[in-house]
This record gives sequence, structure tokens and C-alpha cells, in this order.
Amino acid sequence: MADKEPQQPEELPIVLVHRLPSYKIPLDPSFRDQLRSQFHMLDPHESPEPYDSFLARHAPFIRVLMTIGHSPISAEFLERLPVLELVVATSAGLNHIDLPACWSRGIVVTNVSLAFAEDVADCAVGLLIDVLRRISAADRFVRGRLWPVKENYPLGFKLGGKRVGIVGLGSIGSEVAKRLLAFGCTIAYTSRNKKQSVSFPFYANVRDLAANSDVLVLCCALTKETYHMINKDVMVALGKDGVIINVGRGSLINEKELVQCLVGGEMGGAGLDVYENEPNVPKELFGLDNVVLSPHCAVMTPESFEALDQLIVVNLKAFFSNKPLVSVVSNE
Amino acid sequence: MNNIGVLMTCPMSEYLENQLENRFNLFKLWNHSSPKPDFLKTHSNSIKAVVGNTKIGADANMIDSLPNLEIVASYSVGLDKIDLGKCKEKGIKVTNTPDVLTDDVADLGIGLALAVLRKMCVCDRFMRSGNWINGDFGLASKFSSKSVGIVGLGRIGTAIAKRAEAFNCSISYHSRSKKPNTNYKFYSNIVDLAADCQILFVACALTEETHHIVNRKVIDALGPKGILINIGRGAHVDEPELVSALLEGRLGGAGLDVYENEPNVPEQLFSLENIVLVPHVGSDTKETSKAMADLVISNLEAHFKCKPLLTPVL
Repeated sequence: MADKEPQQPEELPIVLVHRLPSYKIPLDPSFRDQLRSQFHMLDPHESPEPYDSFLARHAPFIRVLMTIGHSPISAEFLERLPVLELVVATSAGLNHIDLPACWSRGIVVTNVSLAFAEDVADCAVGLLIDVLRRISAADRFVRGRLWPVKENYPLGFKLGGKRVGIVGLGSIGSEVAKRLLAFGCTIAYTSRNKKQSVSFPFYANVRDLAANSDVLVLCCALTKETYHMINKDVMVALGKDGVIINVGRGSLINEKELVQCLVGGEMGGAGLDVYENEPNVPKELFGLDNVVLSPHCAVMTPESFEALDQLIVVNLKAFFSNKPLVSVVSNE
Repeated sequence: MNNIGVLMTCPMSEYLENQLENRFNLFKLWNHSSPKPDFLKTHSNSIKAVVGNTKIGADANMIDSLPNLEIVASYSVGLDKIDLGKCKEKGIKVTNTPDVLTDDVADLGIGLALAVLRKMCVCDRFMRSGNWINGDFGLASKFSSKSVGIVGLGRIGTAIAKRAEAFNCSISYHSRSKKPNTNYKFYSNIVDLAADCQILFVACALTEETHHIVNRKVIDALGPKGILINIGRGAHVDEPELVSALLEGRLGGAGLDVYENEPNVPEQLFSLENIVLVPHVGSDTKETSKAMADLVISNLEAHFKCKPLLTPVL
């Protein structure tokens, strides 16, 4: 069979690569080749032409754009792309994209939650077991040569039977629930709306969820409504032994109040992958054994990135062949 | 029952100590300045029960020096520190604490696997050193969907399998014989199991047959991308072989709760980032410790009231 002639870039469907100049398109060569062989990837920052005129010249043909990392998309930027129909985001979190502006124009937005969901859920569960069973603290204890000296190590807490409240039952929250059920936890949740197909108890607000939970796992998007949703009130409702796991965004939590509660012994513990002002982390947390810290790396596995690459290609292909998209961000 | 002598072999639970003191004439082996054999000789006639654990149980010497011993109630599910043969010979009852600690041990096993693959302890150290400002951490390895092998599909092994399945892991196992009523793949040979899985959990009882069941062959079969999780007994694993495999990169990583010579841990491991080390805390939660202690007390009370034992082994 003769090899298919490589198509000229001009004949391939156009995809705008939207990125801050410092962000690079994913470095994986096979992914870059996959994209370039199927789509005409228009990257204004790779052109000698000034950004504004490059964009204006191509705008009549740009129906799809792909954002790299957290490169922001504002309403003003969207206005420069009059025929835009699809935004393919390459992260799970979308607080850098003006979603209402997209939706009011009928622009569909996809993210990569599906590619990341398992790894983020694994991270959340790992953090929870680590906090309750003090795994990182115990590892420090052993490596510090303290076991022969101190003989016994303080007891942890059982995971089974814990009431887990999931904040945001999207693709990530659902994977967390599935895993924790196997450990004998009970699941309840809060979300913008009750999910009809789900049998877990629903609470309309996070404070009520906290009052009926031993653990809160934050898996929701950061929006104006969810900013600082976890505040002192919620922490008090969760109780003195309460544990918070955050794999969403740092600003879901009022970090100052969280630190106060943890340092003051008013909370059971916390497992955090995200912070309000990354890469800065409140130093007061460093001395606490009931806190586990990770550097916003819930998705940092080779498998996640491969799944991410594939998900992007799948959606781009689906769009241009009028097939259904996956991981569409909905307004619910 | 306050005049019944009960010997506790070592500190294991303050709650259990208090409960025993309230009900029996409690002797604490570690409090006595005279050497163990002398102490036992002085009080031996009044001691009818021994409460031991995974550190100090009831060996042949102890059993022989307690002529009126009727029952050994172990604060553990593992029985490797009890001379079962001698107990059987002398008609001494033995009880342990199964079921109440199954979940905790399985939870810890999965927690260790997550911690090793996702480098959670390394991340936590990285964060506490303030290094995040200087640059990103790097990649870890995914846990979900990895193939899991379990040595010993008893209560704890089954609990591990149930949890791993929720992470979409495939499950295989090795045990003395194939288990009916399970769809997991059975391997009659542990080396084959190790060759075919990415995470190997040790969850069987320690017996003569399972001593060093994880040897160099098994470790090499598990390989440079494989992870060993030991929540059984230190003696399940040939520790020097494990250490050299980790140092040489022949094994991908390990999560260990138990060691051959506790509380001593091979110091060469302390500099490695692909392992997680915890100090035999498999059942060490507030809830389970109390449940285990309550079970020990219930078994002793049942015995001395001539009622059926709750969790007899012999």
C-alpha cells in the first residue's frame, strides 16, 4: 500500500495554539508530531509577525483553540475570534478561562478532567490515608533513627467508617468516592446541583456537609462562588478531629484560617496539594505531624500526560468530524 | 477474678493494661528488675494467662516455666511468637485478634503503595525543606490500573484485593492452595506471580514454610519497576537481599511496615527515596487498638467463666 502523501499544513484543519509566551507546547515529540500531522497548528508566538496582526489575519478561520497550561482566556480575547466554536483546555482546573463569556457565545469548552481524574483521585486518597495513619510522619520517625529510642509511635485513626464529604462530585470527585467506598467510608456530597443519577446523600451547602462529615475532600472548580468556601465556620462544623483534603485549588480554602485551626489543634489534620499562593506554603505547617504537603503534583505522572495528549487529539478529531466531544465542561 | 494471675509480656496498650489491672492480678514482665527466668519462677504458680503480642509472645521456655498456664491471649492476629505445638501438647488455649484489625492493615498496605508510587513522603520532605520555590518536583508513577499480586489471600489479602480493585488494578495471588469462590488469578509459584505483577503485597502468616518466601529470585522477578509492600512479618523477606536489590536498582521500590530485627531498620535504606518505612503500625489506630484489647479481655473473661472463647486458635 502506498504511503499517504503528507498533507500540506494549509489543507489541514486549523487549531490556534493559545499560550503565554513562556509556556511551551507539550514537549513530547510524538504528541507534537501527532498534532502537526493532523492539524494546522497556528502558534502566533512562533511567527515573526506581530501577535496582533497575526491573530487578526487568521481570526476569520479560527474555529478551535487549544490553551496551554493556565494561559488566560478573557472575554476581550474571545471577541477577537468571531467564529470560535471550541476551546480545548489542557488542564482540569479552568479558573483562568472566562467560562460565562464562552457559554454566552455558545462556545463549547472541554478540559482534561477525564485524563487526570484517576491520578488526582489517587492523590486525594493517598493524602487521606497518609494523614490518618501518619505515614509520612512515621517515615520521618524511622529515618530519624527514633524507633529504637522511642519504642512506640503515636496511634493513628481508622479510615473505615469515616463519613467523607466530597465537595464537587465531577469526574474527579466520583473517582474519589469509588475508591473510598472500598475502604468502608460512607460518602455524601455537595455540588452546585443535586445529581439525579447519584444515590449519595446531597447537602445544598458545604457547612451542612461538614457538620455531617469527618473528612472533606475538595474536588471542585475555583469560581467566584467557591472562593474561600472552606472557612472557619466550615472547619468548626467539621469538628476537632476533622480532616480536609484539597486537590482542587488553594483558594477554595481560607488558608490563613486553616493554618490557625491546624496550629491551634482545632482540627484533626489536612492533606494539601494546592495552596493560595504557590509555590509559597505557610511555614507554620512544616512542624505539624498531622499535615501532609505535596507540591501541586496530583497529575504529575507520565500516564496522566499520555492520557492528556490522547484526550486532546480525540477531541480535536471529533470536532472536525462532527462527532461527540468528551470531557465537556457543563454549566451545571 | 482479681486473684487470677495474668502476665503481660511487654507494653502494648495502656488501655489494655488498665482493663487487665481492673479485672485480674496483673504482672508486667518488663517492670521487674530481676531477669525474666527468676521472675517467672517466683510468681509462676499464680499465673494462669499470658497476654503477648508480636514482640514477645509465649515461647517454649515461658510456657514451661508457668505450670498453671491455661490460656495465651495474643494482642495480635499473627501467631509466630507463640509455640503453638507446645500449647497444643499441654492443652493450653490460644486466642488472637483476627478481623478487628483486617481493615487497618489493608488500609496501611494500600497507603504504603500509594506513598511509594506517588512519592508522597519525598514530596512532603521536599515541601518542608522549602525547596518548592526553587523548582518543580518532577514526575511520580501512577497507582491506578497497576497489576497487583498478593501473597496470601486470607482476610487481610482479600481486603487488600477489594481496595485495589476500586483503583482498577488487576489482582493475582499466590497461596498454599487455590481459593474457591474467587475470580482472581492463582499462581502456584510465587516467582511467576512476582514476574507478572507490578506491586507485590505480602499478607500471609509467618510459618516455617513462608520464612523468607520473598527471596532474591522473587525480588529479581519483581524487577526494577516493581514495588514490594510488606505488611506481614519482617522474616517473610530476606532483608539483606532486599537491601542490596534496592541499593543496586534491581527492585523499583518498597513500602515496609515490618523488619527482621525490629526496632532496627537497615540504615542503608535511609538515604533511598523509593522506599517508605513505618514502624510496625499496621493495626495502630485508636479504634482498632481498643477493639483488639476488648477482644483480648473478652476472651480471657470467657475462658475464666467457662464460656466459649470468641476467637480461639487452639
